[in-house]
Amino acid sequence: MIQNQILQNPIPEALRPELEARIEVDTYSRPVIVLYWSTSLFWLTFATLAGLISSIKLHSPGFLGGMEWITFGRIRPVHWDTAIYGFGGLAASGTLLWLQARLCQIRLPFRELLLVGCVIYNLGIAVGVVGILMGQSTGVETLEFPLYAIPFLVIPYVFIVIANFNMYWRKATKHTYVSQWYLMAVTVWFPILILSAEACTNFGAVDGVAQAIANWWYGHNVVGLFATPTGIAAAYYLIPKVIGKPIHSYHLSLLGFWSNAIFYNWAGTHHLTGGPLPAWTITLGVVGSLMMFIPVITIGINHHMTMLGSFHYLKTSPTLRFAVMGSMCYTLSSFQGSLEALRSHQEVTHFTHYTIGHVHFGMYGFFAPLMFAMMYYAMPRLTNQEWSSARLIRIHFWCTLVGMLLYVLAMCFAGIRQGLMMNDPSIPFLNIVKFTVPFLMLRTLAGLILLTGTIAFLINFSRMLTRHTFTYSTPTLFTSNRRWEDILEKEKELTSKQILDGGQGA
Amino acid sequence: MNRTLLLILGIFLTIASSVTGLVIIPNWQFQELKPVVKNEGQQFPAPYEGEAAQGRRVYIDQGCIYCHTQQVRMKGYGADIRRGWGTRRSVPRDYIYDRPHQLGTMRTGPDLANIGGRQPSSEWHALHLYNPQITSPGSVMPRFDYLFTEVTEPSQLTNLAVKVPVGSGRVTHIIPTERGQSLISYLTRLNQSYPFPEANQ
Repeated sequence: MIQNQILQNPIPEALRPELEARIEVDTYSRPVIVLYWSTSLFWLTFATLAGLISSIKLHSPGFLGGMEWITFGRIRPVHWDTAIYGFGGLAASGTLLWLQARLCQIRLPFRELLLVGCVIYNLGIAVGVVGILMGQSTGVETLEFPLYAIPFLVIPYVFIVIANFNMYWRKATKHTYVSQWYLMAVTVWFPILILSAEACTNFGAVDGVAQAIANWWYGHNVVGLFATPTGIAAAYYLIPKVIGKPIHSYHLSLLGFWSNAIFYNWAGTHHLTGGPLPAWTITLGVVGSLMMFIPVITIGINHHMTMLGSFHYLKTSPTLRFAVMGSMCYTLSSFQGSLEALRSHQEVTHFTHYTIGHVHFGMYGFFAPLMFAMMYYAMPRLTNQEWSSARLIRIHFWCTLVGMLLYVLAMCFAGIRQGLMMNDPSIPFLNIVKFTVPFLMLRTLAGLILLTGTIAFLINFSRMLTRHTFTYSTPTLFTSNRRWEDILEKEKELTSKQILDGGQGA
Repeated sequence: MNRTLLLILGIFLTIASSVTGLVIIPNWQFQELKPVVKNEGQQFPAPYEGEAAQGRRVYIDQGCIYCHTQQVRMKGYGADIRRGWGTRRSVPRDYIYDRPHQLGTMRTGPDLANIGGRQPSSEWHALHLYNPQITSPGSVMPRFDYLFTEVTEPSQLTNLAVKVPVGSGRVTHIIPTERGQSLISYLTRLNQSYPFPEANQ
């Protein structure tokens, strides 16, 4: 078993107490993290299915027709809300709690409260989904859940915020690792974000265009100040950890964090370019988006330069493969997003499938793979078992990569053409619709590929929970264990010391 | 100062700044917007009342926003006006009664800010909602047939009945349900063709 194995390895005596403490922290947080992650995967599957139904409906409008509760305009917001709040919220919260406990080197506090919170939160998502399907959506994009679902989601998050702050105040380490800045930031930003946005939209503090600005300030920031920081925190933790090398530059990570914190906030109004807004609000959004090049480049340098010289591990480590895919897509999709905010770019691609392609590049290229990487890394440590099948992990990885790329390329290409055609008034609108149909079909294919990957992951994950796993004496890796041992042999001195360093100071 | 406090304060300030800049200040700017009242006592825009307000709710619960915008971009930026989606750009004053706003971000279907001016006929909307293929062959819009009662016997006809073209099976006419009727009344009311001084800029 993995934990015994860690302790049996030839580790310097001085490191042993720390390793034992770490195993204790992991064992203690097990029920909480496993519940957050397994329910997050339920919602991932649900969201993927809802997305697939929406996708099919958009090229074959008769599909599942005649049923009001599952009409495109209802299943489409269910897809987004279960993806971001169901999968995203739970996967990110599990990641946050596990990472913070590990980096603070203390036991997870309020374990029972967090467990109850997770149940309430899941109920809240279910209630919200039923509400939308019954036609009670608030009608505010990205905040569709009916008001009666909101307390179910807010109260558990309060527990998470308290637990996070509690761990940080009491932390046993002197250092604060980069990931922890991001985790602290998430728990400050997200409550303010969601409460201000709900107040402005669904509680009706503001109307009309001011509400639209608040709406998209939120809609952009829920990705930027919730999903993104959690993803970056995971990448900052996993990449150095797996390859056993410290982060490239402490100063860059500092610059990346603060510039991200300052500029991302302001980028949201580019979702309304060309709309009935005062020009200054859009200009702020464009400037904010372009300034995002600074954090994106610094964070990119930090992640990719750390990887430099260690790419051969990608052949072996599932965690690393997902983590590197995530960090590379972070760089690429952020570049795309910054350019997309330009007025001349928006003139064409705004209101088209291009935006949908971009969202999936960020969420399924960057955020989701990093959450998967986190699970691949942490689950064996939490449950004291190995992943049962390397083949299933391989299927999961390639389906995620290929499905995501096909989705993004098909939607972005179709979106550009769609936008150019829309800007030419001599082309009848229905011709544009007909032009997009084959690409919408490609998207359905991409969705099926992504679903296949998700199912492979689900099988592997649930085998771990139901203890059907064979007890391996070595980690489940892509290449044969023999080769892994060779690599370990070569870099033994480096790894045994720096595996520990990876988790702390820069 | 304690480093932890500094970190948290900094994190807080970043978001506080954008709440102020993008949520509070725009709201101040728009609070003073009032409708324009014409000599005959008509006001533009007019608040949504009765059937139209109910229809707006149907528009929201059917999720029309996921494929339709309600905003006309200015001349020279995109081809909204040249496509006939409006005669002028939309301005904040057009939306002072919109709660929640339905500006939208996606044009799988055309813009609807002026759909009432473009398609004033309730019959057209009834047929289009009942089965988009009747009025717009090749459209990917779903059918909203559940907002209509199908008529197969002449005895069931009422004055709201709309004749369906041949080829719809036994159905000869459709009658909008209460929700269907309110949605049509909302759609035919969507019109920003009244002039505003600021819209010419």
